Amino acid sequence: MEFSLSEEQRMLKDSAERFVKKECQFEQRREQMRSPLGYSDKQWAQMAELGWLCIPFSEKYDGLGGSVVDVMVLLEELGKGLMVEPWLSTVILGGRLVEMLGTEQQKQEVIPAVCGGQMKLALAYSEVGVRHQLAAISMEAKPKVDGFVLNGEKVLVLSAQTADQLLVVARTCGSAGDEHGLTVFLVDPNTKGVTLSGYATVDGYRAANIVFDNVQVPASAVVGGVGAGGGNAGLDNAFESLQVVMNEAILAVGAEAVGVMDLLYQATLEYAKTRKQFGVPIGKFQVLQHRLVDVFMHCEQSRSVLLMAVLHYLEGFKESDKSISGLKVQIGKSGRQVGQEAIQLHGGMGMTDELNVGYYFKRLTCIDALFGNVDFHLARYATLV
Amino acid sequence: MNLTIGSKYHEFREQIQGFIDEHLTDDIREAGRLATSVFAEPKRAMAWQKILHKQGWAAPHWPKQFGGTGWDVVERSIFAQECLKANAPPLIPMSLLMCGPCIIGYGTEEQKAEYLPKILSGKDFWCQGYSEPGAGSDLASLQTFAESDGEDYIVNGTKIWTTYAQYANKMFCLVRTSREGKPQAGITFLLLDMNTPGITVEPIIGLDQVHEQNTVFFDNVRVPKANRIGKENDGWSVAKYLLMFERGGQEYAPALHFQLAEVRNIAEQIDVAGSSLWQDPFFKRKYCELEIEISALEFTENRIKSALTNGQNPGPEASMTKIRGTEITQAITELALEAAGEFALPLQVGAIEPGSKETSVVPEFVQTVMPKYLNARATSIYGGSNEVQRGIIAKMVLGL
Repeated sequence: MEFSLSEEQRMLKDSAERFVKKECQFEQRREQMRSPLGYSDKQWAQMAELGWLCIPFSEKYDGLGGSVVDVMVLLEELGKGLMVEPWLSTVILGGRLVEMLGTEQQKQEVIPAVCGGQMKLALAYSEVGVRHQLAAISMEAKPKVDGFVLNGEKVLVLSAQTADQLLVVARTCGSAGDEHGLTVFLVDPNTKGVTLSGYATVDGYRAANIVFDNVQVPASAVVGGVGAGGGNAGLDNAFESLQVVMNEAILAVGAEAVGVMDLLYQATLEYAKTRKQFGVPIGKFQVLQHRLVDVFMHCEQSRSVLLMAVLHYLEGFKESDKSISGLKVQIGKSGRQVGQEAIQLHGGMGMTDELNVGYYFKRLTCIDALFGNVDFHLARYATLV
Repeated sequence: MNLTIGSKYHEFREQIQGFIDEHLTDDIREAGRLATSVFAEPKRAMAWQKILHKQGWAAPHWPKQFGGTGWDVVERSIFAQECLKANAPPLIPMSLLMCGPCIIGYGTEEQKAEYLPKILSGKDFWCQGYSEPGAGSDLASLQTFAESDGEDYIVNGTKIWTTYAQYANKMFCLVRTSREGKPQAGITFLLLDMNTPGITVEPIIGLDQVHEQNTVFFDNVRVPKANRIGKENDGWSVAKYLLMFERGGQEYAPALHFQLAEVRNIAEQIDVAGSSLWQDPFFKRKYCELEIEISALEFTENRIKSALTNGQNPGPEASMTKIRGTEITQAITELALEAAGEFALPLQVGAIEPGSKETSVVPEFVQTVMPKYLNARATSIYGGSNEVQRGIIAKMVLGL
C-alpha cells in the first residue's frame, strides 16, 4: 500500500498551487463571478496551456493519459482557488462521456478540441422529478427519417451558457424508470428550438434551464452512433456510461471538497489564534479547541475516504460504486460541519460577502447537492452492502 | 499510489491462518467470542499467550532481540486481523503492550533479562498502577508517595481502576518521589511485587456486574530501589515513552469492521413481524453510516501504516485514531443494542462466562450485546479520556 505522489503528480500539485496563489486571489475571483461570463477567458486559456484540460484523456486524442489520481491532485488545489471555470462540465461530464460512449469520429472531433481549450461542453441530464435517478429521465427523442426530434426541458445544466456543444440525455425507448432506452445527443446550442434560460448559482457558477421545442437533430448526433444491427452503439445504451461519468464527477468534486475543507480549516484555525476576545485569543477557549479538533478530524477522515474511493475506482475493485457513494456521504456530512463551524468561529465576519469564508462554505453546500446528496448516496450505499 | 499488497503477504497470511487453525482450541475461541471488553477472561487469554509464545509470536511489536517477531507493520496487521477473525481472545495488554515496552526503552540490562522473558511466557501477570482517586485525567497530580529509606523506598497511597489486580503478581506504577517543582518532575516509575506486605486489593464491580477493576492500597510497602525503571523523578519520561510506543501501533478498523458485521448478523436474525430487521431501511441507514465511518478510519490507519513503512513519522493522523476508534466502538455497541431490542434486557452475567453451564434465556447471538454496550462506555474514558485526547491534538497538532 502506497499513498505518496509520483514525481509527475507532485509537479502537477506544485503548478496548481502556484496558479491558485497567483491567479485566484479572492477579490479577483469575486470580480469574475460577478462578470457576465462568470470566469476569465484568459485563465481558461492558461488552464489549457498548462495541460489541465487533457489530463484524463487518452494520448490518442491529444490527452495526457492521466488517471483519477491526477484529477484528484489537480482538483484539490483548484478547490482552494474557488474554481469557477467550466472544467467539470467540459472535461469530466462532457469530455469523458464522449470518450467513453462516442464513435471514433466523434472522439476525433471533440476531445482534441477540448484538450486544446477550443471547445467547451455541458451535460444536460437533470429534469424536474429526476433527483439524480438517471433511469427516471423522461425527455423524449422521437425518431424520424434521418434523425430525431427532441422535446422537453432540462434543468440546472452546469456551465451551459458558455458551452459550444451540449450533450443532451433523452429517452429513445422505454419509459421513465427504465435503464435501457437512454441516448445522448450532441446538440449545438444555437439549433432552432433550443432556448436557454441562464442564471448564476450561489457558489458563483453559471447554469441554465434549457427548453427543447421540436429540436431536429441528425442521426449522426447520437453519441456512440445508432449502429447497424445493435452492437455497441450508443442508441438506447447510454445509461452505464452516464453512471461512470457521474462516478468520475463525484471523485472530482470529492477532491475539490477536500481542498476546500482544508482551506477552511486552516483559515479558521489561523483566525482562532489571532482574534482576541476577553483579552485572549479565542483559540485559548477549550470549547473552541475541541470543536476545531473535530473540524481537523473531519478533514482527515474526508481525505481518507477520498483516497479509498479513488484507489478502488482506479484498481477496478468490485466495491468501487459503494466507495464512491461513501465518499459523497462523507464529504456531504463533513463539508456541512466544517463549513458551518468556519462561519460560526469567524463570527459576524463569517456572515459577510467581504470574507472568502462564505464563498467556500457556499461551494461545499452546493457540492453536496450535486450528483446526489447524502441521503441519495446513503440509499445507494445501502443497496450495495 | 496504489493499494496492492505484495504476494509475500498472501503467503504470510496463509501461514498465520494455518497456525491459528491448528492451535487455537474451541475452549479458547469461546473466550474470544464471549469477551465483552478489551480484557478477555484471563485464564484462557493466558493459555492463548502461552501457545503463541511457544511459536515466538507473543509480542510481534517488540524489537526482535527481546523476543519480537521482526514482522513489518503490514505483517503485524495481518496477524492481528487473522486472530480477530478466528475469535482468538485479545491478549491481556498490561504486560505485553505496556510494561514490556517501558522496560525495553528504559530498563537496565539486568532488568530486561529478569522481566522480559517472564512477560513473554506469561509467568508474570502485570497490572498498571497509574490512576488515583484524586488523579484521573490530571495524572501528574498523583500523590502516592515513595520515601527513600537506604536501598529501598517506602510506598504509601492508593491506586484505583487497577484492572485485573486480583490476578496480578506484579505491578508497574507511577509514584511521587518529590514534591518540588512541576508536578511532572517528581514522579518515578517503579515495579513492585503484589505479594509485598502492606498491599491490599479491594474489588470494584463495574456497571456490567463484572469484576475487572480494583482499588489498591499501599501501607508502608517496602520496594527495593533496584526495581526503579529510569532515573528517580524521571518517571514521567518513561510514561510518555509508553504513549509514543503505543502510537501508530494500535489499529482499530479491522476489529470495528468485524464488530459491525456481528451487528448485521444480529439484525438478520431478528424477526420483525415476518421480515428481518436487516430489511428495515432506517436500521440499514444507520448501519451504512457506521460502515463509512469505519472505512474513513481504516484508510486513516492505512495512511499511518504506509508512512511508517516508508520510515516517516505517522504525523497528525495518529493522534485521532484513539478518539475515532472509541467513538465508533461505542456507536456499534449502541446499534447492536437497538437491534437486540428487549432481548438485551435479561441480566446474564453467569451465562456468558466461558465454560458456563448456565442456560441463557436469550438467543446466543444477542447474549453479549448489553454487556458490551455497558463496558464500551469505558473506552472513551480510559487511556486518557477523549476530552484529554482532544486537548492533546489541540496543543500538539493545531498549535492552540
